[in-house]
Amino acid sequence: MIINHPILGPRDAAEFTYLGDASLLNRPDWQAADAADQFYEYLYLRDNPAGEHRELWYHEQGDRSWLVVTRNTLTHEISSVELASDVARAQGNKK
Amino acid sequence: MTQVNRLKGGLINHAKPLNFSFDGKSYVGCAGDTLASALLANNVRLMGRSFKYHRPRGPLTAGSEEPNAIVELRTGARQEPNTRATTAELFDGLVANSQNRWPSLAFDAMAINDRFSNFLTAGFYYKTFMWPAAFWEKVYEPIIRKAAGLGSLSMQDDPDAYDKGFLHCDLLIIGAGPTGLAAALTAGRAGANVILADEDYAIGGRLNAETFTLDDAPAPLWIASVLAELNSLPNVRTMSRTTVIGAFDHGVYGAVERVSDHLSTPAPDKPRQVFWRIYTKRSLLCAGAIERPIAFENNDRPGIMLASAIRSYANRWAATPARQIAIFTNNDDGHRTAADLIAKGVKVSAVIDPRTDAPISTNVEVLAGAQVIDTIGRLGVKQLTVQLADGSTRHVHCEALGVSGGWNPNVHISSHHRGRPEWDAQIAAFTPGKDGPQGLSVAGAATGIFSTAGALKSGMKSAVSALKDLDISAKPIKLPKAEDAPVNIKAFWHVNSGKGRAWLDQQNDVTVKDVKLAHQENFRSVEHLKRYTTLGMATDQGKTSNMGGLAIMAELAGKTIPEVGTTIFRPPYTPVSMGALGGRAVGKNFHPFRNSPSHKWATEQGAVFVEVGNWLRAQWFPKQGETHWRQSVDREVIATRKSVGICDVTTLGKIDVQGADAATFLNKVYCNGFAKLAVGKTRYGLMLREDGIVMDDGTAARLAEDHFVVTTTTANAVSVYRHMEFCRQCLWPDLDVQLISTTESWAQFAVAGPNARKLLQKIVDPKFDISNEAFPFMGCGAITVCGGLRSRLFRISFSGELAFEIAVPTRYGDALMRRMMEAGEEFDVVPYGTEALGVMRIEKGHAAGNELNGTCTALNLGMGRMVSKKKDSIGSTLSERTGLNEPDAWVQVGLKPVDPKNAVVAGSHLMNKTGEVSAKTDQGYITSAAYSPILQSSIGLGFLKDGGNRKGEIIRAVNPLKNQEVLLEVVSMHFYDPEGELLRA
Repeated sequence: MIINHPILGPRDAAEFTYLGDASLLNRPDWQAADAADQFYEYLYLRDNPAGEHRELWYHEQGDRSWLVVTRNTLTHEISSVELASDVARAQGNKK
Repeated sequence: MTQVNRLKGGLINHAKPLNFSFDGKSYVGCAGDTLASALLANNVRLMGRSFKYHRPRGPLTAGSEEPNAIVELRTGARQEPNTRATTAELFDGLVANSQNRWPSLAFDAMAINDRFSNFLTAGFYYKTFMWPAAFWEKVYEPIIRKAAGLGSLSMQDDPDAYDKGFLHCDLLIIGAGPTGLAAALTAGRAGANVILADEDYAIGGRLNAETFTLDDAPAPLWIASVLAELNSLPNVRTMSRTTVIGAFDHGVYGAVERVSDHLSTPAPDKPRQVFWRIYTKRSLLCAGAIERPIAFENNDRPGIMLASAIRSYANRWAATPARQIAIFTNNDDGHRTAADLIAKGVKVSAVIDPRTDAPISTNVEVLAGAQVIDTIGRLGVKQLTVQLADGSTRHVHCEALGVSGGWNPNVHISSHHRGRPEWDAQIAAFTPGKDGPQGLSVAGAATGIFSTAGALKSGMKSAVSALKDLDISAKPIKLPKAEDAPVNIKAFWHVNSGKGRAWLDQQNDVTVKDVKLAHQENFRSVEHLKRYTTLGMATDQGKTSNMGGLAIMAELAGKTIPEVGTTIFRPPYTPVSMGALGGRAVGKNFHPFRNSPSHKWATEQGAVFVEVGNWLRAQWFPKQGETHWRQSVDREVIATRKSVGICDVTTLGKIDVQGADAATFLNKVYCNGFAKLAVGKTRYGLMLREDGIVMDDGTAARLAEDHFVVTTTTANAVSVYRHMEFCRQCLWPDLDVQLISTTESWAQFAVAGPNARKLLQKIVDPKFDISNEAFPFMGCGAITVCGGLRSRLFRISFSGELAFEIAVPTRYGDALMRRMMEAGEEFDVVPYGTEALGVMRIEKGHAAGNELNGTCTALNLGMGRMVSKKKDSIGSTLSERTGLNEPDAWVQVGLKPVDPKNAVVAGSHLMNKTGEVSAKTDQGYITSAAYSPILQSSIGLGFLKDGGNRKGEIIRAVNPLKNQEVLLEVVSMHFYDPEGELLRA
């Protein structure tokens, strides 16, 4: 596979390591009343779609960017690649 | 003259004879021959035995689709099993042997299987070896393994090198027949970056096997002129002997180039094969078509071949399998073989054509409306029984039979991404579907365009359109005038006659009967049919056989062939050697080695090394007279504890953390607090996974308000860094913090023992005060050593001694080690390895990899209170789960044998002193064990249920594997200096 890195351009997937569902960006608030339940869901419950999937890839043999890659799990077609930090910021992850 | 079946002409060099042997007998062939063509020229048709029934077999084809003629090449370390004689290039001195026979090819004892064929039909594995279950491993499997399998391995290391390479192009053209050549010329002239790859050693594809003319000149002249032009274009790379084996994601293709397979030994500095990874923008499949046989009784005898293969042998290799040949064909192409053979002076007994309107010839007798219903000739066909149009039978004499059931477009690579082929009734064959790999188009015979003129045009047009996608404008080229014969075929799959066996898949010995049995037993879907009968599951993937099986299933099910559907192909196109896949990653290069900065020095000292991940670390340093590793390790421990020892700890991960929010960041990734750590101080840090399990531990030294150096364990250096980057970029992207791994930038040594400070005072520049007052336990700072070399000093201790870790830039590591050993001479300094390091950390009760094993929590380690509840950190929330906080949770303890003669064995399970020994009564297990030369006893660490409250209790360590039971006392895990006075001294 080839991942079109937003900064470095097309790179072979062998340069990356894979983490999984990009919902790992949505780390719950530890002070929420139901924090334990939220963390349980955050950590253990994942969608496993046959089709488009937003997932985290790490450019370990490169610039060490974490990326959010939207990949079709049936065809491996990659429709978008974003810097995970941009995605995280856009959804309100800050400090 | 030994080559009795050698003809005139062809593309071989008659003036260059090559000597070779087959099954110990010597023969002579010509340069340009394959092993198969040379053997046929020498009147050898029997080349192998079938897989299951051990039937005598000869080549069916003249290419890589060959199911039968599979042989062992070469001898000694280069011995190579399961190679197709039909593609193996002949070289002088080639030694080849047949396989799967004993004692000889002509007389094979295992041919007894053929008599028992009634018991070995489809699914016999599933039916026969069912019970008793215990028989499978001991009886059935060994027998099956011995009987099955083909060639044998030399069991020696392969002496040749294999390489891997990477190529990029605009257009990859797979196959260099007329279609591929026309496409390459079109794209090459347009300036596109082109790779043209063909598995054959001669470029030209089917043109090399035909008598066609192009622009009224023999085809080889046209091929040569095109090749000359392609070679003159710097943007075109033509690769012969290169098989594109698969289409992978996003336009990546795998290809194997057989650089030296055609030589007895590779040229110096040349690899045997190269595995290429080709990155393409567009690709064009011009893989041609493969002729298919017709099934009839005893159609597998040596000498019965595809008609096109006989034509190839005659035209290209100037070899004929016999001097008298018959043809059995359902289409006009078979008649072409008859005509070519007659032109070459080979006698054609008859052309048998089931079509009543078969074309008539003046040169040969055509039996229209006739079928071959049986053959005789045990080791080679001798006579055919032919049923004529009027129902009468007639015997036809021949020593070879060319069979043509029509041509299948070679759809293989087009289905690698599960693209489904589509039925084309006009040619009675499947053609590539529209859902092939993205960026791949198909041209020529591979799409069912079988005439030469059609192929040339299709190649050219496809190249133009593929390049158009890339905004490269390619102009049509002038194509040569070529034959343009239409396809005339009447689908005819198998002869319906007697009770004998008619073969479909000759490599896996699948017959028409097997397909009928599968249908009868309701394995009717094509995927079931394939697996139940093993049709098409051999190394040739059924390139010549699948179609026949599908057609018969369709007939039995009363459906059309497209209704029944087809199975698809998967990579690799042809088998790939393990050597090519491994490339250079063999032996000591299987994975890279990392040497620590003192490696050279340690080697000089005769150190014994151990692999720790990719690192080689000194395990111990044997001295003269020491015959057992324990002697060395005990000495290193005692000397360190008595005076001073040095250990290279460079391999531990080091991560530089900088930025205004560095402390905040560490506070989030470690479960214990870091916000208030003073500059110049170091703190132990425990890192959890989000699920509350311990991920790693280490130290964080605050060198400045906004600068920390974090250490990780050697094993987790990579994964901890990855995790910290995840936290930084994905969870808290606005924190002002930057990370960089500096593991390889700094050489770091632990200097431990009561004289550690005295030794270091001789190394550290005098302006830095490292006395206990100025540089207390857990202090850290930037200093200089040896007269101005920048360095970092950390007063941390893994051994429990007064200890420092000193770091210098990596390139000075070797020098520092030598300087410290010199400076330590007066203190009898010793270097110590990972074993002594391990003994001392167990004596001190420090957790390491054995304890941080991915199942334990901070509570298990006896560090439950370190997890701060006042802040958010990774894992803090889920570490509070009830299941991880049972009142009797396992807690790390120290363990000591009641009888000092006994040993504590790591991995043993802990049980109460009395009572049942079972998983139910399990009390925990021993994680680490060592002999302590200080305590003069075996000691251990382990996890024990409610371990915090059981000190002084006697328990049992049981090791059912060795039938051991040892009484242990539960003690403090801090065996050595429990109050920590030494390390603060």
